[in-house]
Amino acid sequence: MSNTVDIRIALPLLVLMAAACYLLFPDYLGLLRTIFIVAIFVLSYDLLQGYAGIVSLGHAVFFGLGAYTVAILGGNGVSEPLLTLAAAMLVAGLAAGLLAPIVVVGNDFNRLLVTLGVGFLFHEAANQAHGLTGGADGLSSFSVGSIAGLYEFDFQGHVAFFYTLAGLVLAYLAVWRVSTSPFGLALRGLRENTARMHAVGALVGRHRAMAYVLSGTIAGMAGAMLAQTSNFASLDMLGFERSADVVVMAALGGTGSIPGVIFGASLFTWLKDALSSISPKYWQLGVGLLLMASVFVLPQGLAGLAAAVRRRWRKR
Amino acid sequence: MATNAIETDALTLKFGHFTAVNAVSLKIPAGARHAIIGPNGAGKTSLVSALTGSAAATSGRVLVHGRDVTRLPQARRVRQGLARTFQINQLFTGLTVLDNIRMALIERDGVSHVFWRSMGSRRDVTDEAHGLLQLVQLEALAQTPVAALAYGQRRLVEIAIALATRPQVLILDEPAAGVPSVQSELIFERISALPKDMTLLFIEHDMNLVFRFAERISVLVSGAILTEGTPDEIRADERVREVYLGRRGHHAAA
Repeated sequence: MSNTVDIRIALPLLVLMAAACYLLFPDYLGLLRTIFIVAIFVLSYDLLQGYAGIVSLGHAVFFGLGAYTVAILGGNGVSEPLLTLAAAMLVAGLAAGLLAPIVVVGNDFNRLLVTLGVGFLFHEAANQAHGLTGGADGLSSFSVGSIAGLYEFDFQGHVAFFYTLAGLVLAYLAVWRVSTSPFGLALRGLRENTARMHAVGALVGRHRAMAYVLSGTIAGMAGAMLAQTSNFASLDMLGFERSADVVVMAALGGTGSIPGVIFGASLFTWLKDALSSISPKYWQLGVGLLLMASVFVLPQGLAGLAAAVRRRWRKR
Repeated sequence: MATNAIETDALTLKFGHFTAVNAVSLKIPAGARHAIIGPNGAGKTSLVSALTGSAAATSGRVLVHGRDVTRLPQARRVRQGLARTFQINQLFTGLTVLDNIRMALIERDGVSHVFWRSMGSRRDVTDEAHGLLQLVQLEALAQTPVAALAYGQRRLVEIAIALATRPQVLILDEPAAGVPSVQSELIFERISALPKDMTLLFIEHDMNLVFRFAERISVLVSGAILTEGTPDEIRADERVREVYLGRRGHHAAA
């Protein structure tokens, strides 16, 4: 009994829809790029919360680390995007590995507090380390090279569109592979019944730590892509708001469903953009109302809604 | 003398000021069919917790096949061959019966960290899971979510998961709890058909089942061992009668 759509349908569909958007909305390539990046970030978080059942309020730390890695390397002459992307993922993954021991202990409530604290700590550290991170001004005077020496990021964002779309497809495949692996089964076991996991001999802390590292690595990928395609890295990339957004988007889409959370990320990002252009002053009010409504209207997220529609359809 | 499958030395478990298990010393030889009985609140499940490591012993020692496991967490004891079932089902209710069994198998085989290959590529794991389900006669329900199973069937999944860890010692905490008596007979028949070299320690309320299936019985009262003996000895013991028959109120009190 699976809530998720077959990848052989969902992934081609995603690429087709992206292609359609590319052709239909050539003026919105920047927004589409942002959506792809945010979707990668939400996928990384869903691996953590949706599959392993680990909540976090500091996931933007890894997103920000990815972004700053790209910016700092770019400022020091290392600018080939694939290389800096790999470096960013490595840095984010290593940071997750170092933080894992304090995140895996205790219960969900402990984890909320610990990850929140870690988030504030990194934010303040980045703020203080002005020489490295540019502090509150951020970093923007770093160079981003052409991909493999072939494709230079263009002003209209065509290359960035395909680059981030490729990243999303890879992240999709990675999360799908993990979720259908023996480790993915173990993660679902953790979410379902931790007491029983201990009783079948599972080293629960080790599972959680590995999920955290994998998730952090993919979040670093998303952050790196944002820095590369926007030529900017700033404090808000590892701030609390971004950490909170990712939790919201995963819930909106339906945790544990890959297509669901990608839709959640797309809808939320698009809505934020649309509302802020309608009313630059009050757009957050609209987002807030939508979120509260979604809890009542879509308790299982968009994925739950889709599953309900499918069940209806079959009954007919 | 051969080492015992399970041996405890003055095992004590306290919750605050309450002593749930009080200086219990047990010696259970390999291959035994040993029952622990006692009135409600006697500390039977607490004893299981202290044996398996789901609660840390306050003092005393637990040895499994001569190895001191007292300080090991539960998962490490499982890896030493000590498995348990729960009085109240502890299953992955959202997953299929097959995945419940496969969960235990991937942990036992040490492949639960493999995230780069598909679960389906481990045919051996799936085949072994089907074999275990055959043993408890649940194979037809392999693809059914546990949440959709009848209660008695869930009790069997509980046992199959424990068996999947390939235990040398299996502790069964009221395996037939809450199951109609016809079915509880069946459950016990399947338990008694397990390999003779597997040591079975079980807690059971139904005295008829205990006297039929146990070779030896320990009686636990107020966290301490009152007496131990063969079913005939226990049946004839005046003190045991008193515990079970003398105090009529014990069920209500628990």
